[in-house]
Amino acid sequence: MVEVTRTSFPSPEDVYQVTLSNGITILARSNFNSPSVNMGGYLPAGSIFETDDKLGLADFVSSMLMRGTQKRSFDAIYNELESVGASLGVDSGVHNVNFGGRALVEDLPLLLSLLSESLQTPVFPDDEVERLRTQLLTGLALRAQDTSDMADLVFEQFLYANHPYGKPTDGFVETVQSITREDLKRFHRLHFGPRGLVIAIVGAIHPKKAAEAVEKVLGGWQVPGQKEPPALPPLEPVKKVIKQHHPIPDKSQSDLVVGTLGPDRKSPDFMAASLGNSVLGQFGMMGRIGDAVREKAGLAYYAYSSLHAGIGPGSWEVAAGVNPKNLKKALGLIEKELRRFVKNGVTKDELADSQANFIGRLPLSQESNGGMAGAILNIHRYDLGMDYYQRYEGLVRKVTRADVVEVARKYIDPERLVIATAGP
Amino acid sequence: MKNPVLQVQLKNGMKVMLKEIHTAPIISSWIWYKVGSRDEPTGRTGISHWTEHMMFKGTKKFPGGILDKAISREGGRWNASTSRDSTRYYETMPAAKIDLALRLESDRMTKSIFDPKEVASERTVIISEREGSENEPMFLLGEAVQSASFRVHPYHHEIIGDMADLRSITREDLYDHYRAYYVPNNAVLCVAGDFETKSMLKRIRELFEPIPKGGTPPRLARPEPERQGEVRLTVEGPGETAFTQIAYPFPKATHPDYFPLQVFESLLNGASGLSYKTCRLYRALVDKGLAVDVSGWAESTIDPFLYRFTIVHRPDKEPKESLAALDDEIKRMQDEPALEAEIQRAVKQARAVFAYGSENITNQAFWMGYTSMFSDYSWYTTYLNKLAKVTPDDVQRVAREYFQSKKRVVGVYIPKGKVA
Repeated sequence: MVEVTRTSFPSPEDVYQVTLSNGITILARSNFNSPSVNMGGYLPAGSIFETDDKLGLADFVSSMLMRGTQKRSFDAIYNELESVGASLGVDSGVHNVNFGGRALVEDLPLLLSLLSESLQTPVFPDDEVERLRTQLLTGLALRAQDTSDMADLVFEQFLYANHPYGKPTDGFVETVQSITREDLKRFHRLHFGPRGLVIAIVGAIHPKKAAEAVEKVLGGWQVPGQKEPPALPPLEPVKKVIKQHHPIPDKSQSDLVVGTLGPDRKSPDFMAASLGNSVLGQFGMMGRIGDAVREKAGLAYYAYSSLHAGIGPGSWEVAAGVNPKNLKKALGLIEKELRRFVKNGVTKDELADSQANFIGRLPLSQESNGGMAGAILNIHRYDLGMDYYQRYEGLVRKVTRADVVEVARKYIDPERLVIATAGP
Repeated sequence: MKNPVLQVQLKNGMKVMLKEIHTAPIISSWIWYKVGSRDEPTGRTGISHWTEHMMFKGTKKFPGGILDKAISREGGRWNASTSRDSTRYYETMPAAKIDLALRLESDRMTKSIFDPKEVASERTVIISEREGSENEPMFLLGEAVQSASFRVHPYHHEIIGDMADLRSITREDLYDHYRAYYVPNNAVLCVAGDFETKSMLKRIRELFEPIPKGGTPPRLARPEPERQGEVRLTVEGPGETAFTQIAYPFPKATHPDYFPLQVFESLLNGASGLSYKTCRLYRALVDKGLAVDVSGWAESTIDPFLYRFTIVHRPDKEPKESLAALDDEIKRMQDEPALEAEIQRAVKQARAVFAYGSENITNQAFWMGYTSMFSDYSWYTTYLNKLAKVTPDDVQRVAREYFQSKKRVVGVYIPKGKVA
């Protein structure tokens, strides 16, 4: 058997890191087990730059990048990719535009050229803008009929009132309709640039060679005056229980989201909250929430909790899909579990189980090139230190029951929850 | 293929497949049973999937709730799924912990309890699962098209089953189903990853060989007669977006035409697992402004199943316009042979998708079992060669043979919210 050593995790010794003179950071690690390569990264051009009347603009821009560049048409770009079985995609979040792709290693230069063209020289052809707009509007029409999407949307609107995190990155019908080609071009001109761009490459290539390949296509990119992202505004904490139902007639299932604010990813509370969340609604068959709502009461096919921790204030939420007539009953069971969690925290055995799970699952989460690239990007994005996964076991084991109950009480107050539901 | 696979049959008829891969300290174990939704008579639809759920409810040795905790505690990942032809359970674990998974699977092959209380609570969980699916227009449309495509063959119902049966199936029905199909001579155990074959096989023999051989489970198979005329249907439901699904009978995975049909798919709809924005249908429907999206797919099945196209319509266009454009593209495939370069493109696409799959040990164990359900592992190892041997004439011939409108079912989802 291969010894389970820490050497399979990324470390400062095997992740090659270089910052180019234009501000681009490259991270690379080799894996010669398969002749493929994965590439991922981001740059700070997300929806945080949008105004309220143009919500969805960053998403629209990111979806337009591969629909025509100075050198190639939409069809030509995808023909190059699909002919060699490669893929490349771009999407947008609040802070960043994210990109990712994969190819056989022989096609990495092609993948990087297409990425570089798409980021630097998109041309936003009129007909493609309109074609994409129709697709985005259809996406919004489908979202309006999706009980899970709408419960999420309403939850975020109330949890993050008057904050960029409370606004859907895919916008609304009116805002997407109002976005012009000039808006798209302007957003790209002001916010896309090399500063803050991070790219990770993992696969069957020596790390330095991978970095050289990136530098060749992106090293010359210069954008004087690339705008700095604005700081996040302060957030008003939730002061009471807020209940909001979004009606969608004729559906056979309702979705619910119940929750509150959680720690950000860099917070010292993160690991304790993460382990606590595992006990609450993840471990085994969806933790205590799954046990109460699914296993014991038989009310739902899915019922779980999740912690979303990123750059700004995170969320800690419970979600479930239930028959509309069982909505109240399910909410009651969830609230009861939240109260128990805040009052008593977790047992010694529960904590030990989740700790073992966090440590044991690590090799599995990093076995594919994509998993490894994601892990390295997270280390960089949240400044965790390239030796993070070498130290990880210690960080997990260090968390005590007292730590968990402390963060549970710090973040979750059953008297101050946002409860969003969508369905008939 | 650089890693050889050892295939052994135990004395009780259970098939074992082992593949050593020493790239990461991980082992993935899959057990496959030859039972799926196609084995369910009227009145028992959904029973295979429900049985799969009950397999997580515990045995005497591994009581419910203990199982999932035991696996999770070791950092493992596990799950199960039910298809038309098979039911499979997997655990992917740190290499040193795989014994737990093997002990668990050997125990629950014959010793799952099926506690009546657990049956009752799982009934409502599965009804909830079906209600979640019914929220989706594509589920409603797909179910209608599938049942219209199969009047005789048991592929006619959805894997989740019909609501009437989910309400009436009893604990005894479930237990009988379990005892009939969960026998070693109906199972294939596939293990891939970081182990030494000799000791792994020894351990598997210890755990599984004492399980007595069972009877030969029955398999339902009433061949679907050829249809002599197109079927059209509509489904109405909430929303603003219309969808069309078009289903053509498609040969079983072991049919020689399966490979030319893969090339046909690559040209018309793009290769499986990749984007499809330069395939002929996307260009003809989406680029031309007739539809928002169009895609197509087939499944690898024991008996002939379906090739299905799905169109997501634009609000400003009629579904029939897209259907006419789709018919034109199929006709082009029938009138003109494919180019040699287009075949080579399909081969390269498949080579890339295979390479991505080999990054992941779980996936490698999956393929051993998956192919064993309708063929054997050589189906996988010879796939690229068979694809490379396809000729332009083959592609034209299968386009003519399989994509005749008189054999198809066309279903349209009509949104009630749409303003005329």
